Amino acid sequence: MSIQVIQLTKTYGKQQAVDHIDFHVATGEIVGFLGPNGAGKSTTMKMITGFIPPSSGGGSVCGIDMVENSLEVRKIVGYLPENNPLYPEMYIKEYLTFMAGLSGVSDVKKAVTDAIALTRLGPEQHKKIGQLSKGYRQRVGLAQALLHNPKVLILDEPTSGLDPIQVAEMRNVITDLGKEKTVMLSTHIMQEVEAMCERVIMINKGKIVANETLTSLKERHKGSLEDIFKQLTHHVDLI
Amino acid sequence: MWTLYKKEIRSFLGSLIAYIVMGVYLVLTGLFLWFVDGNNVFDLGIASLQVMFDIAPYILIFLVSAVTMRSISDEKRLGTLEILTTKPITDTAIILSKFFASLTLILFALLLTSVYAYTISQLANPIGNVDMGSMLGSYLGLLLLAACYTAIGLFSSSITDNQIVALLTSMVISFFFYAVLSMLGDVSWLDSIGRSLAWFGLEFHYDSISRGVVDTRDIVFFGGFTAIFLGCTQLVFESRKW
Repeated sequence: MSIQVIQLTKTYGKQQAVDHIDFHVATGEIVGFLGPNGAGKSTTMKMITGFIPPSSGGGSVCGIDMVENSLEVRKIVGYLPENNPLYPEMYIKEYLTFMAGLSGVSDVKKAVTDAIALTRLGPEQHKKIGQLSKGYRQRVGLAQALLHNPKVLILDEPTSGLDPIQVAEMRNVITDLGKEKTVMLSTHIMQEVEAMCERVIMINKGKIVANETLTSLKERHKGSLEDIFKQLTHHVDLI
Repeated sequence: MWTLYKKEIRSFLGSLIAYIVMGVYLVLTGLFLWFVDGNNVFDLGIASLQVMFDIAPYILIFLVSAVTMRSISDEKRLGTLEILTTKPITDTAIILSKFFASLTLILFALLLTSVYAYTISQLANPIGNVDMGSMLGSYLGLLLLAACYTAIGLFSSSITDNQIVALLTSMVISFFFYAVLSMLGDVSWLDSIGRSLAWFGLEFHYDSISRGVVDTRDIVFFGGFTAIFLGCTQLVFESRKW
């Protein structure tokens, strides 16, 4: 089991951002983490990657406890945070070299070259990050997550703000990566999930409302994934 | 930790901050030492860097705050703090790397003024007749003082994502601990309370080391002061977990 989460809870004041959720992601799976904005997707991912600790509950990544042993978990997890934060004044290679060092990679040069190749950053690799288009920046963010050859990838909205061509390219890259790695990605775009994921975990107001394969979800609820999403998150159409 | 330290140093060198800080420090101390009317070296006729050591703590308040203002606030603004803190590196290591990177820069600025020290020793009669103990003590004092300012600066930078707020906060806190507390020591009606308060000020210990007498109590005070502010920075870092 790559990711295992048990009764994971995060409370901000009186608000339950994530409310006693359980799920697991098997090794080699690509799982879509779906939900409306503010459902608790990012918070869950932040807890798995060790940015914030859970209020209660916990879990493990590849058998390593994510609260007790957060530093060890971080070594095997690649994380692309929401909004893909970067240093605009750094060169791509400079940034990736820095990140590889932080991740404790032994052969930094090879790691950087590999990550650049995997994310197809080649033609732009000598530019400053600030000069890149949004699509390329997103690839730099992904490259950063891949440097230490992590077993598990956690991607928070990897395709947000990209144009259709960039989205398609990003999907290809992620699908390729999914052949070797366990991938958990969050999104609120339905087509994304249909294109990439085998299984869907749907979350609403901090609670899991669906956790099954795409095919069984569609069979059970009928209609398009978008309709199912609206139905499960109690969305009321305004028109 | 070494990786982050190197990146910080590189970003100083790349963003001109390093050159500006060193240049400004050298020019300002030089002006006061050699040119400003009233108590420059020639007016006083004493081969000593005392004038520089008197003014340097005030110049450093400004410069150290300028060096440290970005270090954490900018990571917060860009969101890169989330990347840093989800790498296999502890919060303490992040803070210490940034602390030592800033302090290294200041150390270089301080060392540049050794040019003045050499000039002074050449001007002395006979040549080389300077109070080395006091001079080395003062340099050590300045370095320890800079460490305290750097810790204050990092703390100020950690509580905001706005560089200007960080700069001003750092300057106010540094000025308070260097100058205001020691002024309280001179207020007559505060009497012994004032003198105790002055003991908590940085100037009291800086003056003491400047005389060339390296007292462990002063070293411990500077070390403790730095540690307390770095600890506060760590607390702010961890507040995301509450």
